Amino acid sequence: MLIKIKNSWELTENDVTSQSAYLSRRDLLKTAGIITVGGIANMMVPGFSLAETALKSKANEYDGGDLRDEQTAIEAVRRYNNFYEFGMNKDDPARNAHTLKPKPWTVAVDGHCENKGTYTVEDLIDFNNLEERIYRMRCVEAWSMVIPWVGVPLSSIIDKLSPTSNAKYVYFETLVDEDQMPGQRRGIIKWPYREGLRMDEAMHPLTIMAVGLYGETLANQNGAPMRLVVPWKYGFKGVKSIVKISIVENEPNSSWMRLAPHEYGFYANVNPDVPHPRWSQSKERRIGDFSRRATLMFNGYGEEVAHLYTGMDLRKYY
Amino acid sequence: MIKDPVRPILHLLCAAPAIWLGYQIWLWLNFLPHELTANPIEFNTDFTGDWTIRFLLVTLSITPIAKLTKLRVLKYRRAVGLYAFLYGLLHFLNYMVLDYYFDWPLILEDIFKRPAISFGMVAFTILIPLAVTSFQFMMKKLGKNWQKLHRLIYVITICAVIHNYMMVKADVLIPVIHAMILTGLLGYRVYLNWNKRKIRLKKQTV
Repeated sequence: MLIKIKNSWELTENDVTSQSAYLSRRDLLKTAGIITVGGIANMMVPGFSLAETALKSKANEYDGGDLRDEQTAIEAVRRYNNFYEFGMNKDDPARNAHTLKPKPWTVAVDGHCENKGTYTVEDLIDFNNLEERIYRMRCVEAWSMVIPWVGVPLSSIIDKLSPTSNAKYVYFETLVDEDQMPGQRRGIIKWPYREGLRMDEAMHPLTIMAVGLYGETLANQNGAPMRLVVPWKYGFKGVKSIVKISIVENEPNSSWMRLAPHEYGFYANVNPDVPHPRWSQSKERRIGDFSRRATLMFNGYGEEVAHLYTGMDLRKYY
Repeated sequence: MIKDPVRPILHLLCAAPAIWLGYQIWLWLNFLPHELTANPIEFNTDFTGDWTIRFLLVTLSITPIAKLTKLRVLKYRRAVGLYAFLYGLLHFLNYMVLDYYFDWPLILEDIFKRPAISFGMVAFTILIPLAVTSFQFMMKKLGKNWQKLHRLIYVITICAVIHNYMMVKADVLIPVIHAMILTGLLGYRVYLNWNKRKIRLKKQTV
């Protein structure tokens, strides 16, 4: 069943403008942590204003502002993370990720593309065209957040690499470095963390490479310096601290597929009708809420992405 | 005068995690900084579940400790066992009330379709009659059956450890440690039984 949400994927203008109200109402956020949208990009690239050039979100008439989709407190976004490279507990990454050095950072590109090689983050990300995208993020563990990401469409990066006709999938790897990522001393997962997307998913305008959130450069525990965000898929598809991008012909094996193939598939689309063996996926708890809410098909982005999967049995390709 | 100075200390130690959790929940509900992470209900689930298993394992350790060390700890077994029940109850209530808020379709689906949950439910369900019959007068009333009934603690702990193992997403280290301790504790009993039988057989042949 497709559940249509009111105004397509853009949750957002409303949330952005109501930020101050949100702050004073909740009193939970330290105002120091929040910088205006213009300020953020200035932090990232001096002399550049995101507000003027890049914020492409259309104004929409999201009536009255659905408080059910209000943004998750920045503390929660920064202190409640699954990033096993820095420890197994949710608060471990925030505590341990200071050892990561996201600058300087290089990304190796190989596979079926013309522009193979080693790139800096600045080579790949057009900091003059950063966009803010306020997305729901649904974790496979049945909790969710609403996060204002800052980044660029992944398609803009892939275009730069000039994929050849054999380019069917995109494959990503996280950094492997026990000194920077102390959690890797334990072999919970066969490091590096691996993820992948089908080319049409990767090129979809909703798929972004994020370099920031809440108007600031990504914190290490959120996947600095750049991480994938695919809002209609479970959060684990959002591979963090990416050091390798391969354009490949065959469906790559993701880390979770290797670890538990009967629990996690390649597609990992948010789907309330396909339960996880150990818990239902029909409901989720939005961080900050007390009770659970219904999970939406494709995390509420069905209107934009359902066509990618026409004719596919999503129970089989979970 | 306190007859047994160890007992109040024991109670304090056993209740400490629950008291800490209660205080943290109070902080959380009053919008004060707390240690329950951004997802307190999930934290509660893990916290109370872990302590239930710890207390079950400690309960099962008391007999071997008493036999191997001659320490007079057997008299504390019931109290520790009841704490296992208390944490199990908190775990169960957290699931039923805070987590699912009596969402029966979802809860029933969990119990009957997800073995990981089924094992936990079985463990807790069997633990209830044990807690209820843990008092002196019930012991007398049930006579020989009391011990038979309370041997179910083995089944409970096995189910609980399986539940723990199956619920963990990736890092099975802790559940495996629990399983190893449980294997040791059960193995000790098998060994005792086997010894007893050997002695009995010897007597018969003589």
